[in-house]
Amino acid sequence: MLTALELVLAELDPAAHTLIIHSTLRGGFCAGADLRELYHGLQATPPSEHAVQLRGFIDRIHRVMDALDMLPLTTIGVVHGVCFGGGFELALTCDMLIAEKSARFCFPELRLGIIPGFGGIPRLRRDVGNGLIRDLLLSGRSVGAKKALAVGLISQMVAGGEGLAAARSLAAQSGKFDATARRAAKAFIKPLPAAELARERDLFVELAQRPAMLAALRRFVESSELRPYLP
Amino acid sequence: MAADTLTTLMKLAAKRFGADLSQLRPEDDLFERLGIDSFQAVELISDLENEFDIELPDYELQGVKTFESLAQKIDKRR
Repeated sequence: MLTALELVLAELDPAAHTLIIHSTLRGGFCAGADLRELYHGLQATPPSEHAVQLRGFIDRIHRVMDALDMLPLTTIGVVHGVCFGGGFELALTCDMLIAEKSARFCFPELRLGIIPGFGGIPRLRRDVGNGLIRDLLLSGRSVGAKKALAVGLISQMVAGGEGLAAARSLAAQSGKFDATARRAAKAFIKPLPAAELARERDLFVELAQRPAMLAALRRFVESSELRPYLP
Repeated sequence: MAADTLTTLMKLAAKRFGADLSQLRPEDDLFERLGIDSFQAVELISDLENEFDIELPDYELQGVKTFESLAQKIDKRR
């Protein structure tokens, strides 16, 4: 998916006024990073090289997320079902989020002994109160669309299957505005939290090298339960 | 436990996952009976929160296996 996002960014029409990000998967917007891929990737590499590997991985993701965040056009995320971990962090790059009633947002990373590493906390801090972030982060619980609307995480909640139509309607409205004014407004109200993002990258790489993450990933990957192990 | 909670829960679960409501029992393991994984269970949590106008923290549902025990958790949040 990361490669696909890089291609989208490279091929964006400079004359476009809006980018809508949504998923056609039945289960939801995005369940986050592929934990099995992460585990097997680390297992295939000597531990002495994990720091460099993790740093390269996280820096590449941040380049994409930051570019999406700072696009000079309006971005709308349409969320249904699971919007977890890295998927939640992708959604948070959007200027506005429209969620269908089935949407659930979650940062499960502490269950793996790490923090969200794709820019999620700094971007969420830009939008909502610290209490909600602590709740999400320190409990690892998911919250539904209704709560997300109440706390200002999303801008609209719609019925199931109506998210994309609502986003297109919003895009049509946003597209009526003068392009220079629209870009200026976005740049003014949505600065990149660069210092916090840099700190987050360092902290993620530091935590991800500890045995706790590999042990948690191993339990998850090796589980054959319908409810894979997560504390 | 309120009887209507269990009834509504089982109706919602049957509808969400296309199960035969008449085959569901309160003591059934809902994961096994519905054949769902943890991500699909999240869909059910959203349905339940919307239906009962409550919040159901995921961590309180760890260890919940049956429709009956899930209904009890719901009642404590109503």
